[in-house]
Amino acid sequence: MSLKIVDLGVARGGVPVLEGVNFAVAPGEAVVLTGPNGVGKTTLLRTIAGLQPPYDGKIVVPDVEAMTYAGHADGIKAALSVAENLMFWARVHGQRDISGTLEDFALTDLASRPAGQLSAGQKRRLGLARLRVTGRTIWLLDEPTVSLDKGSVDLFGQVVRRHLAGGGLAVIASHIDMGLDVRVIDLTPYRARAKVARGYDEVFL
Amino acid sequence: MTALLIRDLRLAVRAGGGFGLGLAFFLIVVVLVPFAVGPAMGLLERIAPGVLWIGALLACLLSLDRIFALDREDGSLDLLAVSPLPLEGVVAVKALAHWLTTGLPLVAVAPVLGLLLSLPGKGVIWLVVSLLAGTPALSVIGTFGAALTVGLKRGGLLLSLLVLPLYVPTLIFGAEVARAGATGLDTATPLVLLAAVTCVAVALLPFASAAVLRMNLR
Amino acid sequence: MGSFWEYANPKRFTQVVDRVLPAVSGLAVAALVAGLIWGFFFTPDDYRQGSTVKIIYLHVPSALLAINAWLMMLVASLVWLVRRHHVSALAARAAAPVGAVMTVIALLTGAIWGQPMWGTWWAWDPRLTSFLILFLFYLGYIALWSAVENDDTAADLTSVLCIVGSVFAILSRYAVNFWNQGLHQGASLSMDKEENVADVFYIPLLVCIAGFVLLFIALVLLRTRTEIRARRTRALLAREVTA
Repeated sequence: MSLKIVDLGVARGGVPVLEGVNFAVAPGEAVVLTGPNGVGKTTLLRTIAGLQPPYDGKIVVPDVEAMTYAGHADGIKAALSVAENLMFWARVHGQRDISGTLEDFALTDLASRPAGQLSAGQKRRLGLARLRVTGRTIWLLDEPTVSLDKGSVDLFGQVVRRHLAGGGLAVIASHIDMGLDVRVIDLTPYRARAKVARGYDEVFL
Repeated sequence: MTALLIRDLRLAVRAGGGFGLGLAFFLIVVVLVPFAVGPAMGLLERIAPGVLWIGALLACLLSLDRIFALDREDGSLDLLAVSPLPLEGVVAVKALAHWLTTGLPLVAVAPVLGLLLSLPGKGVIWLVVSLLAGTPALSVIGTFGAALTVGLKRGGLLLSLLVLPLYVPTLIFGAEVARAGATGLDTATPLVLLAAVTCVAVALLPFASAAVLRMNLR
Repeated sequence: MGSFWEYANPKRFTQVVDRVLPAVSGLAVAALVAGLIWGFFFTPDDYRQGSTVKIIYLHVPSALLAINAWLMMLVASLVWLVRRHHVSALAARAAAPVGAVMTVIALLTGAIWGQPMWGTWWAWDPRLTSFLILFLFYLGYIALWSAVENDDTAADLTSVLCIVGSVFAILSRYAVNFWNQGLHQGASLSMDKEENVADVFYIPLLVCIAGFVLLFIALVLLRTRTEIRARRTRALLAREVTA
């Protein structure tokens, strides 16, 4: 399983933010995307995840179903317990066992607590735990370490490392060093020069 | 799929899920009607099927905007869109969950409210039958409306404007079954037509709902 | 002269509209003036309905267009969903308010006619009720267009609504027929000659219908052109802002 980004151009609200993005991620490899706010990290990840169409270029993956995405919102229901939240996403992805994941993310003690009572960092850990139970190989992570303390960042770093060691891939938009041995791609040079997406309302001019 | 259904049912039943609001609303509408039209038994008996159908329809409308809006806010909708579940299935399950938590309870309490409006026993049976056959359509059509307006900030009012005209055939046939049943007329024809409308809605609308949901997620 | 779809290019379309709009508008006015004057002043009174029958020169054409405008929107929506021609989506958008107004005219003239004939302004007759429901569909469609910010998303959503609405409009029509048999007279125009209105009324009525159709075409062309120009302005502004 590998991921290849070819001449990708992404647009936010019809305005191109990035163009000519090229990179490939091999199994066991993680790539960290950096760049100033607004450069288009989130847009790029959402486009790769298939949540919005690219305006140019293509995304080559052997199987679209191999990707999973973790954005700013964690998809956690406050009224459900931690275990119920996690179990839901596990079952959606055809998995049944969540005990190992709860342990990895230090959530075992919180398992029966309603997710609404968790702190921001604990919620984030639960949101990231979802990645593990999807059983998917390509992780697309948008600022995964937001609101995590030092210990939790290390914890998450270990989980990512284990994922990579098992042949997984990760594309991470982040500013924080998670203690991973990764390739860093600065998105600043890919800033779109074209002011308007090709095809965007072009027929009207 | 079952996981999604169980989650939605749990969310509806737990605190803040809004389960029971629809029922309470239904009760209030039915209680208010005699205040508005007077307590004459004969009149109430005559308008009871229509009042109960309108009440059920409005109660159903009340909870529609929650179907997708909450999942969109907390990011679940994005995650469901990239999950292995087909979006058509997600939509169908959401509609089913809405029916189980809104439509079915309405059917269950309708006989009691029918008594309040002095609906005769025969009429109660046909009222229940008509609601059973008709409310699934209300949920499925409502889910389509909710999918159309999921991206909008103040979609609630627009949702009603879009959905209510689509409810017309269901309301006409449903109330007709209940009315004919109460007065001892032939109920077979309207019931078949009501079931036909429900079948058309259930068969076709999940595809339309999934399509508009994809458009809204872009 | 190439393919018909060449006119789906907004620029090309605008050019054509610039050229044909004066002619279409002129013809519409001419046909309406001729048809209405002929109908109102140079036809005999009906032996049963008296002079009230003359309202058909407004009522029948507007009712025809109320339905056909929705049909046109349905076709335009399908074209947009299948071929992604912007003009098609914008034409559907442009036609909606015109169709809604036609529905209102049909309902109002119907009420004015109904008062002396049936002794009531409004009856829950299947035809009247269907038109009221059609009007609600128009309202929903227009409201959805104006509520969605992104133009292409709005076009997509309203197109699906138009298709689903059409299915339910047909269901409603049958439901309403079933629900109440009406007072309304049969079709004024049909292939079956026996049912038709008499020839003296028939020819001016056809002229009026032609006038209304031309008026509808002129309005839709004009409004579509306006929509195209508004989109063009926004596209230019988007380039300006980011430049």
